[in-house]
Amino acid sequence: MAGNTEPLPPRAKLAVTAGKAAAAVSRAAGRGSGSVIGGKVALRLDPDLLAKLAQNLDVVLVSATNGKTTTTRLIAEALRAAGPVVSNALGANMPAGITAALAGSGEARYGVIEVDEKYLAAVARDVTPKAIALLNLSRDQLDRAAETRMLAERWREGLSGSKAVIVANADDPLVVWAASSSPNVVWVAAGQEWKDDAWSCPACGGVMQRPGDDWFCGECGFRRPTPSWALSGDHVLDPHGSAWPIHLQLPGRANKANATTSAAVAAAFGVPPQTALERMYSVTAVAGRYDVVSFQGREIRLLLAKNPAGWLETFSLIDGPPAPVILSVNARGADGTDTSWLWDVDYSRLAGHPICVIGDRKLDLAVRLEVAGVDFQVCENAAEAIRQCPPGRIEAIANYTAFQDLRRIVGN
Amino acid sequence: MSESGLRVVWVYPDLLSTYGDQGNVLVVERRARQRRLGVQRVDVRSDQPIPTSGDIYLVGGGEDRPQRLAAERLRRDSGLSRAVDNGAIVFSVCAGYQILGHEFINDLGQREPGLGLLDVTSTRGEGERCVGDVLADMDERLGLPQLTGFENHQGVTHLGPTARPLARVRLGRGNGTGDGTEGAWNDTVFGTYMHGPVLARNPQIADLLLKLALDVNALPPVDDRWYEALRAERIAAATQPA
Ligand SMILES: [Zn+2]
Repeated sequence: MAGNTEPLPPRAKLAVTAGKAAAAVSRAAGRGSGSVIGGKVALRLDPDLLAKLAQNLDVVLVSATNGKTTTTRLIAEALRAAGPVVSNALGANMPAGITAALAGSGEARYGVIEVDEKYLAAVARDVTPKAIALLNLSRDQLDRAAETRMLAERWREGLSGSKAVIVANADDPLVVWAASSSPNVVWVAAGQEWKDDAWSCPACGGVMQRPGDDWFCGECGFRRPTPSWALSGDHVLDPHGSAWPIHLQLPGRANKANATTSAAVAAAFGVPPQTALERMYSVTAVAGRYDVVSFQGREIRLLLAKNPAGWLETFSLIDGPPAPVILSVNARGADGTDTSWLWDVDYSRLAGHPICVIGDRKLDLAVRLEVAGVDFQVCENAAEAIRQCPPGRIEAIANYTAFQDLRRIVGN
Repeated sequence: MSESGLRVVWVYPDLLSTYGDQGNVLVVERRARQRRLGVQRVDVRSDQPIPTSGDIYLVGGGEDRPQRLAAERLRRDSGLSRAVDNGAIVFSVCAGYQILGHEFINDLGQREPGLGLLDVTSTRGEGERCVGDVLADMDERLGLPQLTGFENHQGVTHLGPTARPLARVRLGRGNGTGDGTEGAWNDTVFGTYMHGPVLARNPQIADLLLKLALDVNALPPVDDRWYEALRAERIAAATQPA
């Protein structure tokens, strides 16, 4: 019986109480939701707290460079068909935030947990998950993140021998490398448009060959595994060859891929694909992402893109020209301070759109767009950029803190 | 320069393109086209031979294992060294800069031989990674305005007698040796730790590469408005850190 009914041992209980008190103090002091600081206090009092909180839950962990928050939401919705779910829905995805989320688990039967890539192995050790979903790995926050390939290596070491069902993207060679040390893998052909972090074989360093959707190393035997689940157009193909329609309110190919992986995870928990996919329709915006906000007679769609792979997927989902596009980039701590990645994004794909650039690093964007040979306008701020656009839909694409700024300004 | 115009060779994008290094290629290409020069861009993956007939070779930065793989393959290939013998221009960044020197420390902690195209030797720094905006004065022989860049590396590079520092840092770490040098150059071979990418922040260096390749003293002007605005902003940011 998986319900969270067993009482917590006294030390863990004290830690949960202290964590809640710290969260309340933090909230009162106006420092956000307080959930992370609460989790930190609780973990300090009882380092095994995370393991204790998880022991009566069936847990699925979700990790990736992009799409983990959305996929966590989709899986949570799908599993609610089977029972109550606790989830770190606000994206606090390091051990303290996860602890805080689980401390409020109540009668939950399932834990659907987004985990920061760097902490996946440690959290997986603590919570003994039933399933782990691995979506993709690509360059992100170059000034401080570990090397992408090293992350794959750490996943591989951390997950080897794991009893969890690993649901992994067969189209990302780094994810395949990370997952293939595990005995129990369900491969999903979820696609991966961005390819520039996996031209070098993670196994032997050889040059990867990538004809069409296939990939293999020219030198060793490392190659794309045969998937049992696949995204095919607007359908999920399950291991029996049945095709299930995807109905999402979230836009874009990447979210269809997230839905496919989520359906495969749900199946591992006994939720059939049709039920899982139908439930996913209820997800609209995820922490403000994809939200369409009415502002000064315009309909602004808020799109978060934090790294080159994310920008690439975003370009493929926006309305075509003449839809105006606002681009906003910051380089504050949470964004990573190295803006070199702008040059890995193919901005020539925006040719034909009216473009306004804003944000702390609008001049980096200006030079980038100048070199890409596309027309653009530099605006002082969001309000000015929005005024430049005619009434109607505006696609606003921003990286992390720029996205938060934008949400504040348009009142979302 | 061949009939088809300038040949710009991007060396090993599969291994050495971690930090927006494509940007340097795009800037050189763009500024050549703005001068109505024919440009042929040649991307050479590490399982392909390096052509020896290029005019400008660009070598980017990369992570530790790809850096070792790139050094192994470049030594085996020898095309880049032959191109330099033919007078080709080489501009390298970070991991690529280290590879052009005599040796560097590889991902296994061992001394890895480089190509010896620059008289420099690199080791790994003990302290914190160097991350942040850099402001430096370019070597006066190059006659170029101040260098603005972003550094993000752990390497320390010592210059030998036949290499000149590309610049002297006012703010930032550069070569990490504590002697205030940043980068190195020698005739037609250049190396730097600067990202940004560096040619987007210092288009005059891109123009210098073009002038050297074309063997001319001047190029028609282009609209540098946004480059200048970016430079002014980054120079101010380096001088007044938040
Ligand atoms: Zn291989």
